[in-house]
Amino acid sequence: MTTQRPELAELAVGDVVATRTLELDRATLVRYAGASGDFNAIHWDEGFATDVGLPGVIAHGMCTMGSVIGVVTDWVGDPGAVVRYGTRFTKPVPVPARGSAVVDVVATIGALDPEAGTARVDLTVTHEDVKVLGRAQAVVRLA
Amino acid sequence: MANTQPDTAFAGREYPATEPYQVGREKIREFADAVGAQHPAHHDTVAARGLGYPDLVAPPTFAVVVAQRAESQYVADPAAGIDFARVVHADEKFEHHRPIVAGDELVTVLHIDSVTQRASISMVTTRCEIFATGADDAAPGEHVATVTSSLVVRGEDS
Repeated sequence: MTTQRPELAELAVGDVVATRTLELDRATLVRYAGASGDFNAIHWDEGFATDVGLPGVIAHGMCTMGSVIGVVTDWVGDPGAVVRYGTRFTKPVPVPARGSAVVDVVATIGALDPEAGTARVDLTVTHEDVKVLGRAQAVVRLA
Repeated sequence: MANTQPDTAFAGREYPATEPYQVGREKIREFADAVGAQHPAHHDTVAARGLGYPDLVAPPTFAVVVAQRAESQYVADPAAGIDFARVVHADEKFEHHRPIVAGDELVTVLHIDSVTQRASISMVTTRCEIFATGADDAAPGEHVATVTSSLVVRGEDS
């Protein structure tokens, strides 16, 4: 596996550095629940989810957040290079009992800090053309 | 369930450091698989060492596994007044002072940064300061990560 690491000097604000389409299904949520320890029933029990006023089972915000950052770590070539990563959870991602929810990710350079040797990557994350994460930003060390 | 709202008196509270969390290779692999993180540094020690790490590197949001255990001291405390069925995760932020790697032993100090109420909606912000265990048990070691999390708690009538 050869990976060409991105060079800070060759980047410009506004560059789209990566895109990805992810599919989340119920099995994804069960797996994430087990791996993370977040067993809130709104992420696996349809009846419980509708009882508390949700349209149905929704993805863990942290599952979406944790899944979409892969586009950045793969681009950087070093998962340990992510020094900051934050987001707001603006809309839930409903996950149907059959099939899957499709999430689209676009990673764009939001800011460059040559002194610190870092780039801020802004993630646009949508489900059915609606933004599900707000101000999703990762700062990565490139130098 | 009683009509409870988060108790604002918890704001500013700091909890004692948690028991150490032992970061295992298989847990890193399991978490990486759960979020579809296929980078070899999460799975293959040779690849991780090739990038200069002592062992497998945790994915960027792995710290939530550690933070959530610390946060449960607060959210699961009946006195805190948090009805989990009414909780919506509002935002999350990770700051990595260094990457978490397999073999780390981590302790967390939980801070309740704020508890605010407006009408029947409450907002709670917690901050987990995660440290490597120190050489002796008395003092925490290197500062590894800061995890900040905000929850919105809807009141009975909203």
